Amino acid sequence: MTLPPFERFYAEHKEEIYAFLVRRLGRDRADDAFQETFLRALRAYPKLRHGEHLRAWAYTIASRIAIDEHRRPRADAELPEVASLDGRPAFAQLEHLAQDLPPTERAAVVLRYGYDLDYADIGAALGSNATAARQAASAGIRRLRRKEAQ
Amino acid sequence: MTPVSADLDRRFRDAAAREQLLDVAYDLVDTPVGELLVATTERGLCRISYDAEPERELDRLARTFGVRVLRSPRPIDGARRQLDEYFAGDRQQFELAVDLALQADFNRRVLGELARVPYGEVVTYGALAARAARPRAARAVGTVMNRNPLPIVLPCHRVVGANGKLVGYAGGLDRKETLLRLEGALL
Repeated sequence: MTLPPFERFYAEHKEEIYAFLVRRLGRDRADDAFQETFLRALRAYPKLRHGEHLRAWAYTIASRIAIDEHRRPRADAELPEVASLDGRPAFAQLEHLAQDLPPTERAAVVLRYGYDLDYADIGAALGSNATAARQAASAGIRRLRRKEAQ
Repeated sequence: MTPVSADLDRRFRDAAAREQLLDVAYDLVDTPVGELLVATTERGLCRISYDAEPERELDRLARTFGVRVLRSPRPIDGARRQLDEYFAGDRQQFELAVDLALQADFNRRVLGELARVPYGEVVTYGALAARAARPRAARAVGTVMNRNPLPIVLPCHRVVGANGKLVGYAGGLDRKETLLRLEGALL
């Protein structure tokens, strides 16, 4: 599948990516993160070799930006109630727990259990494949369990 | 679910152009001859399209100039303003950079000569061929006119048959007539 014109990629994914960022960051911070997500996508876009798994790719960029945003302290506002906005408390906890995992495992766990992407999409998002994505996700889960047990 | 506001959408489109991240910026422009899709690269105007089927046009722009094609009104503002003035009868000459870098040499030469045909005047295909130093290439000139990437701004509507008939126009003869009437070349 050839890479579509960026306009089409943007039109297809902007709403769900924005909704995702609102859940993660709240309304106020979602706007900046949204712009940053698509500017970053635009910078990297010509380097993509094909047009597959673009949705997973967009989520990967957005979730990295959301993580950076979360870490950045903000003087003027409290963190939004992610769990209540989201309606998916388990997912908010997961994000928090996964923070300390190595980057690949964290991305695999979050994309699989937080966003419900399948392993093929996650593999593409991580620049590997479905098998590697499955292994990374299960390694991440094992690591979380060990941590939980401590 | 909170939708992306028009303001946020616009801010992203502006920022993408401002940070020079686009291969092509385009927008739709309303005119008396219909809605035009107007596109520009960093070098200049690269496409004006009548009755554009956006999907096909975007694919074509992406293939020709690069995949970073985005609707972004600001880079088109200058062209939009000059087109408005032209259709209001307040402008006879366009002052816009054009990007013909990907045109074949012959096409570029013919389009360059075309750009010099003054407002309100017509020229035949044969005469234009002669000006481009290819006097026998009237038919080839016809093909270049038919594929003119920048109609109106590069005035292929001012090119007519040897007998003065309008002959043809990629945007339809009605439009050719409208443009020539606007310029006072037809009564």
